[in-house]
Amino acid sequence: MSLQTSLISRASALPKYAATTDLAITPPAREAAGRPRAAAASRDLRSEPGPVRFIIIALAVSFLTIFVVLPLVVVFASAFSKGIIAYFAALAEPEALSAIKLTLLVAAISVALNLVFGVIAAWAIAKFEFRGKTFLITLIDLPFSVSPVISGLVFVLLFGAQGYFGTWLQARDIHILFAVPGIALATIFVTFPFVARSLIPLMQEQGTQEEEAAISLGASGLQTFFRVTLPNIKWGLLYGVLLCNARAMGEFGAVSVVSGHIRGETNTMPLLVEILYNEYQFVASFAIASLLAMLALITLVVKTVLEQRLDEGQTRDDSGDH
Amino acid sequence: MTIEVKSIVKKFGAFAALDNVDLKVGKGELLALLGPSGSGKTTLLRIIAGLDWPDAGEVRIDGEDALGHGASERHVGFVFQHYALFRHMTVFENVAFGLRVQPRAIRKDEATIRARVKELLDLVQLDWLASRYPSQLSGGQRQRIALARALAIEPRILLLDEPFGALDAKVRKELRQWLRSLHSEIHVTSIFVTHDQEEALEVANRVVVMDKGHIEQIGTPGDVYDNPATAFVHGFIGESIVLPVEVAGGSVRLGGQPLNIAADGAASGASKLFVRRHDMQIGPAGTGSLEGAVRHVRSFGPIQRAEIALSGGEGKTVIEIDAPRDRELQAGEIIGLQPRRYRIFAAQD
Repeated sequence: MSLQTSLISRASALPKYAATTDLAITPPAREAAGRPRAAAASRDLRSEPGPVRFIIIALAVSFLTIFVVLPLVVVFASAFSKGIIAYFAALAEPEALSAIKLTLLVAAISVALNLVFGVIAAWAIAKFEFRGKTFLITLIDLPFSVSPVISGLVFVLLFGAQGYFGTWLQARDIHILFAVPGIALATIFVTFPFVARSLIPLMQEQGTQEEEAAISLGASGLQTFFRVTLPNIKWGLLYGVLLCNARAMGEFGAVSVVSGHIRGETNTMPLLVEILYNEYQFVASFAIASLLAMLALITLVVKTVLEQRLDEGQTRDDSGDH
Repeated sequence: MTIEVKSIVKKFGAFAALDNVDLKVGKGELLALLGPSGSGKTTLLRIIAGLDWPDAGEVRIDGEDALGHGASERHVGFVFQHYALFRHMTVFENVAFGLRVQPRAIRKDEATIRARVKELLDLVQLDWLASRYPSQLSGGQRQRIALARALAIEPRILLLDEPFGALDAKVRKELRQWLRSLHSEIHVTSIFVTHDQEEALEVANRVVVMDKGHIEQIGTPGDVYDNPATAFVHGFIGESIVLPVEVAGGSVRLGGQPLNIAADGAASGASKLFVRRHDMQIGPAGTGSLEGAVRHVRSFGPIQRAEIALSGGEGKTVIEIDAPRDRELQAGEIIGLQPRRYRIFAAQD
């Protein structure tokens, strides 16, 4: 859980890219301004005394160990507590397999749709001027600010038996709640901001000139998108997709409300982890949890690589501008 | 190809960026749209290119209605102030872009495209940069690549939006001369937008001076400099001395004192007298229609630039003149001044 929240906060920090690079420039600039030599000789004024530094670093490291590393270790330790055979046996259970399949399916659906919606929303915001634009930007962030349980409840109110469309859907035998469509809808809602959020600052910074150039050279709208816009945003897009996928697979609250917990049918991996844990099947529970933890770790590594790519893209555009 | 713009109106909210603009550009011309920022020159260029749409009016390229076609169908080469090169493509692919996106029916084969790109890179003398990325080029190189890219589609007309605006002074000068010689080589009808009068006068065959959405004057560089049609043009192009005068029945007065110059048919009333800095003839005190005390002299090159406080008006009117160095001026000296050439325009405000 804590890993996920840290992913989310990193995602919203993405727009501040420029600010962080600015900060990075400050220390050498200050140095260049020229400190008095005498002061430099006695003590480096820019940094804290040794013991203070040590305490701050130790605090940060121990905090991270207790809250991030330790839980991870516990997850894997518990998963393998009965040996490697028990671990894989737990994962091979039909219920576990069904949960894994469902999670992958829902993630695939919501990532694909949010990829399209996110690019469209980011395009609209970054490249056009229209009334209500600020409102739209605020609206995109809504899923981040609303509790996931509420996000799930919205769909119950809409499609539940007592909901607005409940009777209409029942009459036509269409199942949304307690079925894949409901879980997918809730997941799409919760993960909507990731792609749009990671693209908007990038696209705003890039402006519309390259697209205009492409059109004046005779390119059609689609050619312009696929040959000019998409290559320019690809790293940002991958970044958004990655975070979207991590959240889609790990989402608990909203999915829990709409899933109905039908065993072997509507349980996703996070839901199954809870159920198994409540039934004292610790090895099985932590085996599934270890898969989610591994997903988080992989996500972190890929994210770091993508961030480097994004940074490189940025500095490459800045350099040589004379 | 010819370009014809008829009664174009373009409003952004309540602000009229273009207010009934008419313009004709002849075949093979190199025309400059010159004006301060906000004069509507870039908007006009973008409308011709199809990147903006007018609220009213007509645009004809080679007699054919252009507003019925989008930018991608107009076959217009457009060069942006900030180059707008495709950052993820090499220089070669940038130039090839316009050829690669052509409909399959008329698209050239790879060998022809390669030959054409090579030819264009030779034309802009940057064939050795073909495999570089835009970020690895200097500003001047980027702008030449942008031009090569625009020329790749064999455009009917070439439009350049402040092409040298983002470059430093030395590179600007080089590129100006280069653009002029390139134009005389390929002879495509071209319009470029600039706020730099020197650039407009030096490069263009004809200059269109714009202000606040209007065309103030169209003429050759010599024309707009020597015979400015309006007070705005006189003030905008070249350095001018401007004095508030009264015209009454053929005589011109400055601060109540009659000046020894003809009104040249200027209407009676509050007016402005425009004189070029170098058109002020200096002589001993008592000669000429104006008199003033030299306050400060700086000499460089062939001229001396003097700050002169005019007598009368409590010495508050200070003008700057450029005088040849055959007669060195001294600070504190009283001299007479006579405008050799001048224009009188009615004061508008």
